[in-house]
Amino acid sequence: MGSEFVQFSLTPMLIGILASIACALPGNFLILRKQALIGDAISHVVLPGIVVAFLLTGVVSALPMLLGAAGAAVVAVILIEAIKRLGKIEPGAAMGVTFTTLFAAGVLLLEQTDTSSVHLDVEHALMGNLESLIWFQARDGWASLIDPVALAALPPELGRIALVCALVVALTLVFWRWLKISTFDEGFADALGLPTGAIGFGLVITAAIAAVAAFDAVGSIIVIAMFICPPAAARLMTNSLERQIWWSVAFAVLSAVLGYVFAGYGPLWIGAQHAVSAAGMIATVSGLILGLTCLFGPHRSRIGVGKETAT
Amino acid sequence: MNPFLDALALNAGYNAALVGIGAAMLGFAAGAAGTFLFLRKRALVSDAVAHATLPGVGLAFILMVALGGDGRNLIGLLLGSAATAGIGLLLVEWIARRTRLSEDAAIGAVLSVFFGFGIVLLTVVQTMSAGRQAGLEGFLLGSTAGMLFQDAVVIAVGGALAVFATWLLRRPMTLVAFDPDYAAALGYNVRRIDLAMMGLVMAVTVIGLKLVGLILIVAMLIIPPVTARFWTESSAYVIWYAGLIGGVSGYVGAALSTTAPAMPTGPIIVLVAASLFLMSLFVAPARGVAAAVIRHRRFQRRVHRRQGLLALSRAEPIHDDFTLRVLRGEGLIRPDGVATANGRALAAKTARDEHRWDIAREIHQDAGLTGRYDGLTPIEQVFTPDEIAEFDRRIGGPRALGSSLGGTA
Repeated sequence: MGSEFVQFSLTPMLIGILASIACALPGNFLILRKQALIGDAISHVVLPGIVVAFLLTGVVSALPMLLGAAGAAVVAVILIEAIKRLGKIEPGAAMGVTFTTLFAAGVLLLEQTDTSSVHLDVEHALMGNLESLIWFQARDGWASLIDPVALAALPPELGRIALVCALVVALTLVFWRWLKISTFDEGFADALGLPTGAIGFGLVITAAIAAVAAFDAVGSIIVIAMFICPPAAARLMTNSLERQIWWSVAFAVLSAVLGYVFAGYGPLWIGAQHAVSAAGMIATVSGLILGLTCLFGPHRSRIGVGKETAT
Repeated sequence: MNPFLDALALNAGYNAALVGIGAAMLGFAAGAAGTFLFLRKRALVSDAVAHATLPGVGLAFILMVALGGDGRNLIGLLLGSAATAGIGLLLVEWIARRTRLSEDAAIGAVLSVFFGFGIVLLTVVQTMSAGRQAGLEGFLLGSTAGMLFQDAVVIAVGGALAVFATWLLRRPMTLVAFDPDYAAALGYNVRRIDLAMMGLVMAVTVIGLKLVGLILIVAMLIIPPVTARFWTESSAYVIWYAGLIGGVSGYVGAALSTTAPAMPTGPIIVLVAASLFLMSLFVAPARGVAAAVIRHRRFQRRVHRRQGLLALSRAEPIHDDFTLRVLRGEGLIRPDGVATANGRALAAKTARDEHRWDIAREIHQDAGLTGRYDGLTPIEQVFTPDEIAEFDRRIGGPRALGSSLGGTA
């Protein structure tokens, strides 16, 4: 656990943790508003957004891609809403139509573009590449943390995801009361004069920003898993929203750390030679945590359903 | 000949013909099987099912290699994917029923976790020494390049079975989709029918894995039923329309994809289906946007016509442009705004009908009939001629009008 850990595992782990927290926080509200699958939709439409950004700028660089992905998320949300209203179609189907179509368009664009020279492909978009985000300059172990030369060589993804994570935390804190009231009682929020429509849209946009930043670093699987699994598990642990948030953050961190460790070191423990996908493992661990809370969480049943009838 | 027409006529080579037929059959089966999921408002369950096939593919490959077989045996991989998709399906159902999490949360959790685990298994497969693993990624987005006759047979047989099962189960599934409580009261086992519905979707997903891949098969299950719903109000037809739309999308999409390089079949099929959807959204009779706009314009016109006629009957000036246009268009007023003979007659009738309604409200104080008064429904549609005759008797009957148009007082 010395310099090698700092060099190869510290930054991916931190990025995983920050990405998980950034997704889990808005996920809490999405779950309570029964919009959990917006995260799923967003993470699918990120692909066309990134491809379009690449086509427009011709380079694989972070900022245009983030903007492209965020733009695609906004377009998707508007399209879903439009299809829902114009066609009087239920939200789930409207979402399914929109994100599969946009995803298909993204794949087609990607195939039509010559991206062989750049690192842009569907698999990378899905799985991310957490393991490659190593801190190569950290040759002095923990001492590198105070070495300005080494710090300057930190993977840029770390800075971005830290920034976005801070933004999400700040937004959650600033709009806490609005979010809470409009999530639980939209009619009451309306009566108080809160802009409920804007709050809902803002929440989705925040989720999109978190998804895009996390996607940049870790791929879309973690994004969907972290939007849903930690908040859902937290929901089964408590009846208080404040505590639910804390639980979800704890579960998100736990999934990221355990998932990374299992992916990197787990195969070695059982005698295999190669590490497995960290992003996939983090999603798997978050699912295991959710499974445990489904079985044993203190608040797992619906109110009014007795233990005997809830078979 | 144009390569697209060639492909449509199945003249673009053996592989292209195989892909075209396979895609059409898959599209038909997916559209038909997805219909009930959509009607049950659970369209996105198919998303969870599709993503949950991935770990099965990986597990089946590892297992078959471990047993010394060929890891790429299609039947084996499909059986594996069906197994994990089934587990995923049961988990969605279990989480939604057993815990207080809603179904969408259960869907999202299952799809992301199974997919994540599938990716873990794929990385395991990539590091295996078997060397023949290339191509498992094809299950993500589908690959038609190496489509074999055997694959087409799997799709044909599986698709036909799925459509047949959909047809067999259409009555109980319709019942459960529209009114699960009534179905339960009739003695149907709603949970089992739900599972059958999702099982059909699972079967289609599994047979479609090879051709369009697990992410885009969701589109084949959702878009055709949503599109079909625009064209019919009958649950008996919507299955076949959805199947037809899916089949056409598959066939045309496969043909299009042969016309140029770098045109992957799966996405093209989805985009063809999506353009059919978009077209239906706008031009479908009754439910389409264009129809709604026309309906709205007609309604607006009727309201303006009535307001204009009432104003004429009271000899009030009309200022609204649209009202003037409507009245002028029907020849009820002259270009200078003075009512024609026809216009005066209709205005008088409108005013008289208003008066009849007043009387009707005095006689029928309950809102049952008079509640239908909205200013646009002709009174003749609500009351019988002898009732109207009674109203007229109370009014005193229509009188010849003098210089005033005010009329009936």
